[in-house]
Amino acid sequence: MSSLLELEGVQAHYGPVQALRDVSLTVGEGEVVAVLGANGAGKTTTLRAISSTVKRSGELRFAGKRLPAGPEAVARAGIAHVPEGRGTFTELSVLENLRLGAYARRDREVKGDIARVTGYFPWIERRAGQSAGTLSGGEQQMLALARALMARPRLLLLDEPSLGLAPLVVREIFRIVRELNEQEGLAVLVVEQDARLALGAAARAYVLEVGQVAVTGTSAELRDNESVRRSYLGY
Amino acid sequence: MQQVVSGLASGGIYGSLALALVLIHRATGVINFAQGEMATFSTYIAWSLTTNHGWSYWPAFVVTLVVSFLGGAALHQSIIRPVEGGSVVRVVIVTIGLLLALNGLITWIWSGEVRAVESPFPSDTMSIAGVTVSWQDIGTIIVSLSTVGLLWVLFQFTKLGLAMRAAATNPAEARLVGVRVTSMLAIGWGLAALLGAVAGLLAAPSLFLDPTMMQAVLIYSFAAAVLGGIDSPVGAVVGGLIIGVGLNLLGTYVDFVGSDLRLPAALLVILVVLLVRPQGLFGKPEVKRV
Amino acid sequence: MRSASRTIAPIAGFVALTAVVLVLPAFVTDFRAQQFAYVGIYTIALIGLNVLTGYTGQISLGHGAFMAIGGYTTALLMAGNAQFGQSGLLGIGGGMKDIWTIPIAGLVAGVAGFLFGLPALRLSGLYLALATFAIAVATPAVIKNFEEFTGGGSGINLFGLPALTASISPAHVAGFELNFNNYLYYLAWAVALGLYVVAWLLLRGRTGRAFRAVRDSETAAVSSGVSLARYKTLAFGVSAAYAGVAGSLFAIATTFVNPDTFPIALSIFLLVGVVVGGLGSLLGPIVGAVFIQFMPLWAQQVSKSPGAPAVVYGVVVILLMFVLPTGASGLLRRAGLLASRGYDRVR
Repeated sequence: MSSLLELEGVQAHYGPVQALRDVSLTVGEGEVVAVLGANGAGKTTTLRAISSTVKRSGELRFAGKRLPAGPEAVARAGIAHVPEGRGTFTELSVLENLRLGAYARRDREVKGDIARVTGYFPWIERRAGQSAGTLSGGEQQMLALARALMARPRLLLLDEPSLGLAPLVVREIFRIVRELNEQEGLAVLVVEQDARLALGAAARAYVLEVGQVAVTGTSAELRDNESVRRSYLGY
Repeated sequence: MQQVVSGLASGGIYGSLALALVLIHRATGVINFAQGEMATFSTYIAWSLTTNHGWSYWPAFVVTLVVSFLGGAALHQSIIRPVEGGSVVRVVIVTIGLLLALNGLITWIWSGEVRAVESPFPSDTMSIAGVTVSWQDIGTIIVSLSTVGLLWVLFQFTKLGLAMRAAATNPAEARLVGVRVTSMLAIGWGLAALLGAVAGLLAAPSLFLDPTMMQAVLIYSFAAAVLGGIDSPVGAVVGGLIIGVGLNLLGTYVDFVGSDLRLPAALLVILVVLLVRPQGLFGKPEVKRV
Repeated sequence: MRSASRTIAPIAGFVALTAVVLVLPAFVTDFRAQQFAYVGIYTIALIGLNVLTGYTGQISLGHGAFMAIGGYTTALLMAGNAQFGQSGLLGIGGGMKDIWTIPIAGLVAGVAGFLFGLPALRLSGLYLALATFAIAVATPAVIKNFEEFTGGGSGINLFGLPALTASISPAHVAGFELNFNNYLYYLAWAVALGLYVVAWLLLRGRTGRAFRAVRDSETAAVSSGVSLARYKTLAFGVSAAYAGVAGSLFAIATTFVNPDTFPIALSIFLLVGVVVGGLGSLLGPIVGAVFIQFMPLWAQQVSKSPGAPAVVYGVVVILLMFVLPTGASGLLRRAGLLASRGYDRVR
């Protein structure tokens, strides 16, 4: 399996604070990979480094080419980032949110894609004109996913999808993520606090600690290794 | 009734400039104190094209709008972008510096003498439903509302407009879907400058062309923007019409308020609205949690 | 507790300043002395504006209006007006001596400022700037309109009044004979230096800390028990009082007041001056005052064609905001010459 995304020795700063010291990871085509770790370990920052919403240095390669700088360019390269807190455009309608997802695309199939995406989230059709700010947290998360899909990305960056959502809703979201991965061949890099949930959906995982990769392996390996589970995954 | 119509005409002018102010505030969080001078500058360009270079009115009008658009975008990229995110005072001082510089520039290039400007509309009047209205007023209403209408179409129905709205309210998320936010903001400033040019061009025949032409209009437009809601485009236009008609009726029917006190009346509106209902008629209240 | 250097340095600086102020007129022409008198007047206004904008973070584009209040109070107390004849305002007695009108002008303006500060509590940042801008624009028109009180468009003339010290014959102070310009200079700077001390005392204690807390984070300030209302309105009152005193001296200096004495440009220049000088520092006001007084003249050196000086002025102001965002005092602070107190952010 060729590597779609390669990070090597990536560092990132928030002003004087160094959030990532040395992060190296890969995501293959059509793979689901999880990034785990405690609060402040640098999980969200890793995603931000990829989408270039934070100052970063080191080697970042996507589909063999260097990742450009600037979030707009990264988005156009085929990476969709669903940030922490969903990032929905609350003042715009549901439909407008979807159309924005396809902003960077120049082809003519956008309208068709709306139908396709609505297939995964049937309720969207009913609420197309509604203001996105009036949706519930779970619905906004799904809308954010749908919007990311509209870009026809090759890689989806998913930041803490379970945050603030009821367990039932979270399970549904992960089910949809798995479905997207299987049906569309979408590669996913998901950051999650809930390690158990994430390992259930991902094939491989990296555990971050203080801005570095502490442990990595397949989900099965990490799950079966009791000491890893206890010290790094919290269960 | 005639006062209402001419009030609507002035209101169209105030609404256009107010919309420019609102556009800029929504997108970049800046109150552009120099919006009036920018409009005056544009008007002088048009005047120069028609008078010094013999152009006819409407071609000069269009070219002026294009030049104003480009100028507004350029101003954003050069002097506003560096100070956008920083402290409020700094941005205020920059727009004020722009105000002073533009005002001086106008005098420097074209001298400060007051000039009469021809209107593109016929100067006679006509009768509609028993009310005498001037072509000037009708023309002003049509042009200003058409411009505003076209912009509305742009914002609501085009991809560019959608991107601009997204960039104005959620710049970080907009970047994540590939919107070049900085360019959107520059376009916003360009459109605002264009609106200002329209306001100036429509006002020139009645206000006479001189460097201070738009200063009072700016105040009325501030009042309109504040009344309508400083972040609401609809509010800006509606506010402009209300102010236009209101001031006219006030001046006519209330003796105490001669034309001298129209300006303080507008300022009173600003103060009262800011103190009683800061978000204006159409805006959303700003929630500050303490 | 305050380290020794924090107290010694300002005091030493102040003493040096006083020395310079005392001897300057001996070295410059009469005309220059008058210009420096105006620098002193602007310094007073800027100290006050600094308290408001630099320390509590409230932007005012309307302090020219408070200067107008002070100026007109002085004029009315000294000369009266058409309605009251020569008996002065409210029959207080005509022809009050100029010096005595100064504190009264300050008080009146201070009260006005405090009263404005109350409703202004609900506004912040740009909205406050807009509201104060509205006041500054309205002021000349309002003055013109209330003719019975203010003398309308022609204003009130103080020239040649006996109440105006040294205007008819030179003043005698401590054995020295002072003509009008020198008298003006020493009067303005005596008041300025005195008010500097007052401001310094006000700001180094609890009040100053509360002010800074309000500026840096209103939320945090409230949670630590700092009463926003009290300190914000206090700041408004104090800054307006300073502006009133400045306005009073201004009236004494120009020997007349009319609606055009305090135009919107004055309010704008005051804010520009305090930012250029540097917010939140006690040195800033003097630099800002020098800028207000002399920048227009320097701009004219570049080009005298009509309009060109304004272009130069505007461009310089914009460039200064890029190059020196924290003003002159910020520059000195970075060069290590001033103690840093984290004044870089103003809401």
